[in-house]
Amino acid sequence: MSKNASYWTANLRLVAVCMVIWFVCSYLFGIVLVEPLNNIRLGGYKLGFWFAQQGSIYVFVALIFFYANRMGKLDREHNVEEE
Amino acid sequence: MELQTLTYMVVGATFALYIGIAIWARAGSTKEFYVAGGGVHPVANGMATAADWMSAASFISMAGLIAFMGYGGSVFLMGWTGGYVLLAMLLAPYLRKFGKFTVPEFIGDRYYSKAARIVAVLCLIIASVTYVIGQMKGIGVAFSRFLEVDYNVGLSIGMGIVFFYAVMGGMKGITYTQIAQYCVLILAYTIPAIFISLNLTGNPFPQLGLGGTMAGSDVFLLDRLDQVLRDTGFAEYTTNVRLSLTNMFMYTMSLMIGTAGLPHVIIRFFTVPKVKDARSSAGWALVFIALLYTTAPSVAAMARLNLMSTIEPTPGEYMVYDERPQWIKNWEQTGLLGFEDKNGDGRIQYTPDAATNEMTKVDRDIMVLANPEIAQLPNWVIALVAAGGLAAALSTAAGLLLAISSAISHDLLKGVFKPDITEKQELRASRLAMAGAIGVAGYLGFNPPDFAAGTVALAFGLAASSIFPALMMGIFSKRMNKEGAIAGMIAGIGVTLFYVFQHKGIMFVPSTAFLGSMPENWFLGIEPNAFGAVGAIFNFAVAFIVARLTAAPPEHIQHLVEDIRVPAGAGTAVAH
Repeated sequence: MSKNASYWTANLRLVAVCMVIWFVCSYLFGIVLVEPLNNIRLGGYKLGFWFAQQGSIYVFVALIFFYANRMGKLDREHNVEEE
Repeated sequence: MELQTLTYMVVGATFALYIGIAIWARAGSTKEFYVAGGGVHPVANGMATAADWMSAASFISMAGLIAFMGYGGSVFLMGWTGGYVLLAMLLAPYLRKFGKFTVPEFIGDRYYSKAARIVAVLCLIIASVTYVIGQMKGIGVAFSRFLEVDYNVGLSIGMGIVFFYAVMGGMKGITYTQIAQYCVLILAYTIPAIFISLNLTGNPFPQLGLGGTMAGSDVFLLDRLDQVLRDTGFAEYTTNVRLSLTNMFMYTMSLMIGTAGLPHVIIRFFTVPKVKDARSSAGWALVFIALLYTTAPSVAAMARLNLMSTIEPTPGEYMVYDERPQWIKNWEQTGLLGFEDKNGDGRIQYTPDAATNEMTKVDRDIMVLANPEIAQLPNWVIALVAAGGLAAALSTAAGLLLAISSAISHDLLKGVFKPDITEKQELRASRLAMAGAIGVAGYLGFNPPDFAAGTVALAFGLAASSIFPALMMGIFSKRMNKEGAIAGMIAGIGVTLFYVFQHKGIMFVPSTAFLGSMPENWFLGIEPNAFGAVGAIFNFAVAFIVARLTAAPPEHIQHLVEDIRVPAGAGTAVAH
């Protein structure tokens, strides 16, 4: 059981890190801080606008694959993989 | 070739393809009907999930809404993609490990209670039927345009086709058809976007074109659009906030949580072979979704720019009504676009001021379908867009109807009221339930509560406030018991329904709205479409308080929770 408990703790830590990134790139950059960020330009895009309509989506995709990959590693390290 | 004929041909050919696949994979047993034998590859599953997920709201409606909302429309873009992060990390792998057919089944087992299962079924039906109303709106718009009939006639024809289509195959038919549908819909969305981006900016990638300069000039496209809108008195595109930043925050949150709470998407992750496939499958689904979602903002901004220059070709010179282009005449026929020459000068003024504005009706849901016509693209592109819109609406409607019918036949009938029912009777009951759901949703679709994407947003709010918290707490809190979960679901969906109904009418019939859709009565300025997030918070809070005050769940349930947290030992999805 303690083996599974440490697996679960490691999982929760990973999820927490991912959720922070998820929150920052969408809610923080795309909504809360949109006005200050809009003073910075990315080509024709205002940066806050870019995060809200483009950037956050790219980050979400990367985030899921990063999570899936790290979880695969955790599964192996803790020996809880499926047969 | 004439557009009408070409549209019939392209739409007909794609339909023949879907129906062909559905017949070829016609469901035999109940297990195949629901989960396709649990053997679908993650990439294939991701693609099918993307088709299932991207509905009339994404395809037909969303870019049109963004075109008129500008920056405020970002809530749809972030909200409908960010939910996959929640799904991949908080739900999908655990529900796959649990290994059952339906969402209420998980809730019933985890909370060791038939009552919890029934409450989950009811929440699921309310959210899904609302969602289907949104699809019906989209289907009605598409059919009315391409058959050149009134919206209501288009909707009636659409209902018939959805019924035939959904009843034919089960999940298996749907999984393979949905892969075909994804291909049709993504081509139909991106091809016109590429053409339009090339026309306006010279860049074939719409995502880059949107941030680029206008062709043959060094003015950025978005700056030009802001300029044009400012000059006509409209709000600037790139900074136009939807009501308030608080409202946008809650709206996005509501859509994200709802994404992770909608049964027809969750059910997808029961069909992958392994727990680790459930994680990557969510990623693949989002890749395929992102292809459309990163294109949509370009479609939106470019459509708005093209619309503005159609109505006002040179500054101060408005379009002469009698010289209006063919696409305007076509859409006038559907009753979704209307003009009124208030000052009698024979020209159409388009302004933000209701007193002088002469484009009196422009249904947002027509923008994507009209876009290739506005940009004067070749007829085959227009026909393809029609086929894509219908693919999007049909695939989602079918997936939702399957979730509704399995909730009724599998969870209510077989699971609770008549456990001794035969497989054949269960299948028949599920088909009857589908017919009933189409009837109700279609009927309410004659008078939809909002544009397609707005209606769908309401459905997400309802799912967010009820299903998601119950699932998440079931996995992440061993202490959560049946009393807490049931009270949470009822409180969450109750408060959301109450808020929505008091502003939008009971069952969305506008005359029964007892507070009217009045912004001054909105809680913290949050519009009804965005209220699901508040409902979800309410759900969590009530559930935790009630669970604290009542007994902990029994030992074997706590073991069950420990068990679903580790991937080892997951079999294929099994029946009882």
